[in-house]
Amino acid sequence: MNQNSQSDNKIIPTLNPVFAQRLSHRNNSEHTEVWNILDSVFDPELPGLTIWDLGILQDVRFENKQWVIDVTPTYSGCPAVETINQDIAAAMSQAGLDNIKINLVLSPAWSTEMISPTGKAHLKSINIAPPHQDDVVECPVCESKNTKVISQFGSTACKALYQCNDCFENFDYFKHF
Amino acid sequence: MNVEQQNLFRFLVGLGDDAVVLSHRLSEWCSNGPYLEEDIALSNIALDYIGRARMFYQYAAEIEGKGRTEDDIAYLRDERQFTNLLIHELPINDFAFTMVRQFFVDVYYCEYLKQLCESKDERIAAIAAKAVKESRYHLKRSEPWIRQLSEGTEESRRRIQAALVELENFVGELFIMSDWEKELVEAGIAVDREKLQAGWDQYIQKFLAESDLEFPDSQLQIRGGRDGIHTEHLGHMLSDMQYVQRVYPGLEW
Repeated sequence: MNQNSQSDNKIIPTLNPVFAQRLSHRNNSEHTEVWNILDSVFDPELPGLTIWDLGILQDVRFENKQWVIDVTPTYSGCPAVETINQDIAAAMSQAGLDNIKINLVLSPAWSTEMISPTGKAHLKSINIAPPHQDDVVECPVCESKNTKVISQFGSTACKALYQCNDCFENFDYFKHF
Repeated sequence: MNVEQQNLFRFLVGLGDDAVVLSHRLSEWCSNGPYLEEDIALSNIALDYIGRARMFYQYAAEIEGKGRTEDDIAYLRDERQFTNLLIHELPINDFAFTMVRQFFVDVYYCEYLKQLCESKDERIAAIAAKAVKESRYHLKRSEPWIRQLSEGTEESRRRIQAALVELENFVGELFIMSDWEKELVEAGIAVDREKLQAGWDQYIQKFLAESDLEFPDSQLQIRGGRDGIHTEHLGHMLSDMQYVQRVYPGLEW
């Protein structure tokens, strides 16, 4: 084991401030059960990733006898927004909460910093390289950092297409944004 | 609407028109790209611009308060009512032309939107904050493409140079302000585009010099977009873009 990897092991993982703020907002909310209901809503293009973990679920509150749910789009033209709204409405309705309003908020603009650690781990488990601050892209299959970009856009607006120079696997990279 | 609201409405529709028109042009590459990854990339950029157009149109419709929707604004207006800057409406031509246009507007939007983030109108600032991140990413792609094509074959280089000459005629308009837009600048809502030209020129000239490409010094300044005066190309484009809504009014997906 070389010097580098030894010091890597000593780093204690900490939450990034942006996600920490989201988490504390959720934990301090009095509507825990509603946040939990919404944990059953997944992004339609990222199988198994909840809207909470993706970072687009921003707030849940009860206002004027109505449940208000704040959602921020990842990319401004993301075609999944409509589907996500329908899925939110369906999940709420199934839990008996029919009077809802889904608010599209633009500010603060979504960033990959809002993705939860669970979300990043999940991305890797479905062979999508999670976003990295300095765009150091690690192959999700063999973990080599010796990778190259094939196209800045992959199957969706939020992903780029990469190839691993070691195991030759083609994979999606969730762009740091 | 009072005068301020009228100005704001025009401003928002203009920005929405810029975005929707360029988006449609980019989408024309869908299934026609030089290879699959490029095809997908151009379509994804088109998608970013559609999102941008929607945000501006939605806000414009609210300001107007006549019950029009974003779709009404996009699909039910005629050529002369569109107020996009002309560079956005030019046909896609060849891949070199499409990429030079993209490079030109990416450099422009990176600075324009950055300044628009400071708008006193919070909603406009929020839209700009979202869009500027996207334009920065677009530039990361368009710039290397120009370099690559200029260093490619004689033919790719010739095409890049030809596109530069043609497009330069439409650059001047990006930096021309009308009186009503200047009023919005004074109110702290809009950006003074005149002040962006020097920075744009400098960026492009430096890049082209590095790639050993000539920066054409155009004496021609084709303008009129913000006043609804267009090139011959927009009408044809709209007949394509608006066809379904015109033939089946109110049709939904």
